[in-house]
Amino acid sequence: MKYPSQGVARLYFIAAIALFAAQILFGLIMGLQYVIGDFLFPAIPFNVARMVHTNALIVWLLMGFMGAAYYLVPEEAERDLIAPWLAKLMFWIFLVAAALTVVGYLFVPYAGLAKMTGNELLPTMGREFLEQPTITKIGIVIVALAFLFNIGGTILTGRKTVVNLVLLIGLVGLAVFFLFSFYNPTNLVLDKYFWWWVVHLWVEGVWELILGSILAFVLIKTTGVDREVVEKWLYVIIAMTLITGIIGTGHHYYWIGTPEYWQWWGSIFSAMEPIPFFMMTVFAFNMVNRRRRNHPNKAAMLWALGTAVMAFLGAGVWGFLHTLSPVNYYTHGTQITAAHGHMAFYGAYVMIVLAIISYAMPIMNGREANSQRSQVLEMWSFWLMTVSMVFITLFLTAAGILQVYLQRFSDAPMQFMLVQDKIAIFYWLRELTGLVFLIGLVLYIWSFFVASKEPGLTSAAVDQALKGNGGTAAAIA
Amino acid sequence: MAQTFTKTMARNIFYGGSVFFFLLFLALTFDTSMALPERDRREVLDPNTELGRQIAHGKALWEENNCIGCHSLLGEGAYFAPELGNVYVRFGNNTEAIKAFIQSRPAEGIPGRRSMPQFNFAPDQLEAIAQFLKYASEINTAGWPPNKQG
Ligand code: HEC
Ligand code: HEM
Ligand code: HEM
Ligand SMILES: [Fe+2]
Repeated sequence: MKYPSQGVARLYFIAAIALFAAQILFGLIMGLQYVIGDFLFPAIPFNVARMVHTNALIVWLLMGFMGAAYYLVPEEAERDLIAPWLAKLMFWIFLVAAALTVVGYLFVPYAGLAKMTGNELLPTMGREFLEQPTITKIGIVIVALAFLFNIGGTILTGRKTVVNLVLLIGLVGLAVFFLFSFYNPTNLVLDKYFWWWVVHLWVEGVWELILGSILAFVLIKTTGVDREVVEKWLYVIIAMTLITGIIGTGHHYYWIGTPEYWQWWGSIFSAMEPIPFFMMTVFAFNMVNRRRRNHPNKAAMLWALGTAVMAFLGAGVWGFLHTLSPVNYYTHGTQITAAHGHMAFYGAYVMIVLAIISYAMPIMNGREANSQRSQVLEMWSFWLMTVSMVFITLFLTAAGILQVYLQRFSDAPMQFMLVQDKIAIFYWLRELTGLVFLIGLVLYIWSFFVASKEPGLTSAAVDQALKGNGGTAAAIA
Repeated sequence: MAQTFTKTMARNIFYGGSVFFFLLFLALTFDTSMALPERDRREVLDPNTELGRQIAHGKALWEENNCIGCHSLLGEGAYFAPELGNVYVRFGNNTEAIKAFIQSRPAEGIPGRRSMPQFNFAPDQLEAIAQFLKYASEINTAGWPPNKQG
C-alpha cells in the first residue's frame, strides 16, 4: 500500500462480503419458497426475502465500488485521499442506514415502514429494486455526494490517469441517474419509463465504466503491461458501451405503453450491447498473454479473467437471447429474465468486486499476495461459485423455456400457478445448486482466515520458483 | 498499424459517441412523451375526478404493500405470482372478482402452496386497488401479453 489513506477500503470490503453472505441466505430462502410455497409464511413472505436479497446485492456492490475507488484512486492519483476521515464517517453512516433498512424490512410490515418513514410526503417506495424508504434514498444521495467530493477532489488535485477519469465519470453517472428514483408519477407508463433510467442506465451504462476501469487497474498491476495500451482499450470499450447501451434502453420499452418504434430502436441497439463485453474478454486475455511480470497473486488474476468471460456470457449471450422484440414478446417477465439477471450481475459486478478485493486485501494486510494455501482455497471458491452460477442460469433457462411454451406459446395456454407446478423440478435443482454456491462462499470467507495465519507470497519468491523449475508450473500451481 | 488508431482517437469516439447518442435518446424521449397521451390512458388519471383519485390511491397502496415483490405488472417485477397487468381481463373484466380474491386470502397462507398475505384492506382501499389494476389493463401495450394467462 503506497498511501495510508487507501486503507479505508478495508472497511468497505469487509462489510461488502458480510452483506454478500446475507444476500445468498435470503436467496436460498426464496429458492425454497418457490417449491415449498408456505415456507416461513407469514413470518417472512416472499416479497420481503426478495427485497433483502436484491437490496443487499445492490448495497454490497456499491460498497465494493466505493472500496475499490478509495483503494485505487490514491494510487493512480499518486496522493492520499483529501479527506480519509470523511470516507470512514460515510462508511458508518451507510452501514447503519443499510442495517436499519434491512431490520425494517424484516420486522415491520412494509406498509408500516412506509407510514413510519413518511412515504406519503414523497412516495418513492414499493418499486422493484427501489424499495428503500425515501429517507434511506436521501441518505444514499448524501453518502454518494460526500464520496464523490472525496474521490473527485483527490483525482483533480493529483496525477490524472484514464483509469481515474473513467471511474469518476462512471461514479458521477451512478449518482445522477439514481436521482430518477425520486420521480414517481401516478401515470404508470411514465413511472416505468424513468424507472429504467436508474436500472438500465446503471447496469448497461455507467456501471460498465466502473467495471472497465477497475478491470484495467487490476490488469495494469498484475500484468505490468504498458498503460498506453490498456488505456486505448478502455476508451474503445466504454465508447461502445454507451453508443449501444443508451439507446439500448429501448429493449425495455416494447410492452409498457410506449410507441411501437421502440421495438426497432431497442432491438437494433441492444443487439450490439454484447460487443463491448466481448471486447472486454479479448482485452483481458490479451493483457495476460502479453504480461511483463508474474504477479504472485494468481487468485486476483483468475477473478479478473473470470469476470471478463462471465460478464460476456451473462450480459452478452444471455442478454442477446431475449433482447430482440419478437423473442421478448414471449420471454418478457419470465424465468428467462431471472436467469439472465443472475448470471449478468454475478459475472459483471460480483466478480469484478471480488477481483479488486482479491488484489487489494492482501496488500492492505501488508503482503503482496496471500499464501499458497489461502490462494488455492480462494481459487476453489472461485470455481464452486462460478460453476454453480452457470448451472443456476441453465436450470432457470430451462424453467423459462417451458414456462414460455406452456403459458404463452402452446395452443392451450395454461394458468401461471399450474405451469409453476409443472416446472418445479428445475426450481429444486436451482436450490441444490444454490447450496453449492453457498459452500463456495464459505470457502471464500475461510480463505481470508487462512491467509491471516500464514506469511504471504512475494514476487521474488515467484521468480525464484520460476527459475528453479524453468517453467511456469510452480507459479501457477 | 497500432499507431494509426491512437488513444486520442479512441477518447474522441468515446466523448463524441456518448454525447451524440445521449442527445438522440433525449430526442426519442421527447417524441415518446408526445405520443403517450394516445396510449397511456392519462384521461382517467385526472385528480379532479373521483376515479382519478381512486387510481392514484390504488397505486399508492400497490406500492406501500410491495405487491411488486411477488407479482409482475406489465411484465416487470417478480416472477413468483401471476402477472397483474391484465388480471382485470383474466377475471372477466370484473373488479368485484379482483376484490373478492384479495379479500379472501387466508392469514396463515395455504399449506404447501405459494401464499399471498391477507392485507386487511378497507372497502374503499380494495376498490382503489381494483381501479388501479383496471387502469393498468387499459394501457396500450402493443398487444402484450400474448394471451390472458399473462
Ligand atoms: C408474498 C407474495 C405476494 C404478495 C406480497 C402479493 N401477492 Fe397477490 N398473489 C400471490 C400469489 C402466490 C398468488 C396466487 C395465489 C393462488 O393462486 O393461490 C397471488 C394472486 C393474486 C391475484 C389473483 C391473480 C390471478 O390471476 O389468479 C391478485 C389480483 C393479487 N394477487 C393481487 C395482489 C395485490 C393487489 C397485492 C398487493 C397489495 C398482492 N397481490 C401482493 C402472492 C403475493
Ligand atoms: C452487466 C450487465 C447486465 C446486467 C447486470 C443485467 C441485469 C438485468 C436484470 C436484473 C434484469 C431484470 C430487470 C427486471 O427485474 O425487470 C434485466 C433485464 C433485461 N436485460 Fe439485462 N443485464 C445486463 C446486460 C444486458 C445486455 C447486454 C442485454 C442485451 C444484449 C440485456 C438484455 C436484457 C433484456 C432484454 C431484459 C428484459 C427482460 C424482460 O423483458 O423481462 N441485459 N437485465
Ligand atoms: C445462490 C443462490 C441464489 C438463489 C437460490 C437465488 C434466488 C433468487 C430468487 C428466487 C429470486 C426471485 C425471482 C423472482 O422474482 O421470482 C432472485 C432474484 C434475484 N437474484 Fe438471486 N439467488 C441466488 C443468488 C444470487 C446471486 C449470487 C446474485 C447476484 C449475482 C443474485 C441476484 C439476483 C437478482 C439481480 C434478482 C432479481 C432478478 C430479476 O428481477 O430478474 N442472486 N434470486
Ligand atoms: Fe437493459
